[in-house]
Amino acid sequence: MAEHANVALTINGELHELTVDTRTSLLDLLREHLGLRGAKKGCDHGQCGACTVLIDGRRANSCLALAVAHDGAQIVTVEGLAESGSLHPLQAAFIERDAFQCGYCTPGQLCSAVGMLDEAAAGWPSYVSRDLDAPRLDAHEIRERMSGNVCRCGAYPNIVAAIEDVA
Amino acid sequence: MTLAPTRAIGAPVDRIEGAEKVAGEAVYAYEHDVEGAVYAAIVTSTVAKGTIRDIDSTKALAAPGILAVLTHENAGEVRGDGELAILQSPRVSYRGQIVGAVIAETLEAARQGERLVRIDYDVEQHDVVLRADHPGLYKPDKVNPSFPTDSDEGDVDRALASAAVTVDETYTTPTEHNNAMEPHATIAIWENGGLTMYDSNQGAFRASQTIADALGLPHESVRVISHHVGGGFGSKGLPRPHAVLAALAARLVDRPVKVAVTRQQMFTLTGYRTPTIQRVRLAAEADGALTAIAHDVAEQTSTISEFAEQTAVVTRMMYAAPNRRTSHRVVALNVPTPSWMRAPGECPGMFALESAMDELAAACNVDPIELRIRNEPEIDPESGNRFSTRNLVACLREGADRFGWSERGAPGSRRDGRWLVGLGVAASTYPARRAPSTAYARAEPDGTYTIRITAADIGTGARTVLTQIAADALEVPLESVRVEIGDSEFGQAMLAGGSMGTSSWGTAVVRVCRELRSGKDEAHVDTSQGAEAEEPLSKHAFGAQFVEVRVNVDTCEIRVPRVLGVFACGRIINPKTARSQFLGGMTMGVSMALFEETAIDPAIGGFVTQDLATYHVPVNADIEDIEATWIDEVDLHVNPMGSKGIGEIGIVGTAAAVANAVFNATGVRVRDLPIRPDRLIGRL
Repeated sequence: MAEHANVALTINGELHELTVDTRTSLLDLLREHLGLRGAKKGCDHGQCGACTVLIDGRRANSCLALAVAHDGAQIVTVEGLAESGSLHPLQAAFIERDAFQCGYCTPGQLCSAVGMLDEAAAGWPSYVSRDLDAPRLDAHEIRERMSGNVCRCGAYPNIVAAIEDVA
Repeated sequence: MTLAPTRAIGAPVDRIEGAEKVAGEAVYAYEHDVEGAVYAAIVTSTVAKGTIRDIDSTKALAAPGILAVLTHENAGEVRGDGELAILQSPRVSYRGQIVGAVIAETLEAARQGERLVRIDYDVEQHDVVLRADHPGLYKPDKVNPSFPTDSDEGDVDRALASAAVTVDETYTTPTEHNNAMEPHATIAIWENGGLTMYDSNQGAFRASQTIADALGLPHESVRVISHHVGGGFGSKGLPRPHAVLAALAARLVDRPVKVAVTRQQMFTLTGYRTPTIQRVRLAAEADGALTAIAHDVAEQTSTISEFAEQTAVVTRMMYAAPNRRTSHRVVALNVPTPSWMRAPGECPGMFALESAMDELAAACNVDPIELRIRNEPEIDPESGNRFSTRNLVACLREGADRFGWSERGAPGSRRDGRWLVGLGVAASTYPARRAPSTAYARAEPDGTYTIRITAADIGTGARTVLTQIAADALEVPLESVRVEIGDSEFGQAMLAGGSMGTSSWGTAVVRVCRELRSGKDEAHVDTSQGAEAEEPLSKHAFGAQFVEVRVNVDTCEIRVPRVLGVFACGRIINPKTARSQFLGGMTMGVSMALFEETAIDPAIGGFVTQDLATYHVPVNADIEDIEATWIDEVDLHVNPMGSKGIGEIGIVGTAAAVANAVFNATGVRVRDLPIRPDRLIGRL
């Protein structure tokens, strides 16, 4: 049952060469083996988004990613968003707008927002985009595009406001 | 005892732990670094009633990395007889109950091992469905926490028989689950006969005592640490059975053990809101003046312990009527024991009462706001006491102005393309209580102050508001105060529940700060001591929720483009975090109205909605323009800050406001939550 494999992952800019149990999810690798507890386990089934990280620049549920399937990948977690000691603008906006209460979904919201802003900047439309060629990122678009990240405390309006501040 | 002047109180201070939370540095229970810790995976029953005939752990124990399998045969004694008394016999009382655990060196091995444990049961016929005519319904001795089960004032039957207008309807609410984002988790560490637990809960002191009692340990031998808690909404109010399991497992393998309840297991192991069946009868004069209110509730408990929710208690104080009657009946089913979920009692009870009031308004052809104003009591109808403050009418009027209530038309009269549009309102209330707590404070040599209190910040902003309260009590800047919470070693304190946290802890913080100001370098207070005699008053927060809905005439999809809550909750200590609390409560109320429902399958005897794909909570796209505001109110009868608790009132009333708005939009009354599209199809 327990098989192991070698993987090399670059996490927040640092290369990790690891031997992992092939059953280990990227989320559990981060949390249980590498001490990176920012990504959260809310459901372990890709239904809540608390575990969202950036894999090769795109947002993904790390609970649904097997670590061995991502050899060579570039991973960015919430711990990697701040640069040279100062908060990412989204992190600062989340504090200012009170875009969280318990904070458990927050790392996932932040990574998701970073990925979402990149998608929008690249011109990707969403389900609610009126103009498929040049979608405008208003509150309606942000709500739609951030709907993969559940916040049970109900901080949604503040999350939207924080993202609008930065977008 | 008042707190003046206020400087930090009333300021929109950012959350003190905000930077830690956005950086991913806030450490939650399961995330503490504990050397040598191993993992437990919980094994749960697959039948609802029966006896374990045999547990075969052979395959599990043979798998790599497995250390032990915990069962009722090797668990050791747990005292008491409630949900915490796990693994004490081969009896199974509900589907999804703890029947064992697999302990392993890695999480992967533990989870694999859990699937390799084979359990055979002698199965008995189960009974899992609540119904109004269930023969097992009985009258409990009291309802939570200690209210009389029934009340009867005047002659309700005569008033109903002779009334100009009556409403007699039955409303139902389904089983609902708290579903905090952080799954319940515990790390248990035994050292020299004592137990340390990193645990996700709403009250570390109470948790430490409860766990000590369950394990037969002296209270001082158990320490519970809960610095950051990822939501609770009542489900982490008291320790849950997995915490006991962690302790038993750690003792069995002589290693620290980590256990996190899976999202699926949360549905049976961490409590839920009981389903309710509520008959409400109202009698009124032609102008809507109530002459009688009757509210009769059927709800469920388990065969393990009695949980009798106080669903109709709120009806006893809400409106003036000379004749009033309430009753509660429960039936013990083969289900997990219900527990607290945000505003237990008030929330489902006010869905029924405030829906019925809307029906009465329609029957009398009186505006729903005017109807409530006409039935506003001068004093608490139940106790006869004065209200310390009661500003419901002000909330209704302020909200009507801000929301554009005058635009509301007759039911089914407003249409925008394929959408029917309607407005609804409901009143809300929640008791403003506090409980004894202890606190410690010390003046540091560098001129700063340290406060220690076993408060819990489950996302409420407790750490922040207590810092504000301490700063004002000491008359120093916020930066000079450090508040430490979430550690049972800090002593007895109220848990984060019943909207009592800030009132209870804040009172202790004010008093301990006063001690320092009298010249001491360090002080300890216990608010159970030295309480002044007070006039008996009825103390409650009030509010009004306004909702706009749009109902699609083709699909019956319901959207909620606007929600406004206006609250009268005493002095607001932090407008930034308070607004978030109100918005969060109302969001959960919209969710209760439209989405949330745990289905039980009578065939298998268990919940079949067991994850966030089938149990629907709102996502960002479901919540549009939602706002909260409040009226000026200071209530120094409640606590020295003049504040009232705000964690729960947001959800109370909101579901009724949505249902009332759906009625206004469509002319269709839905009395069963949630208001799914299929409950409107064919009726528009």
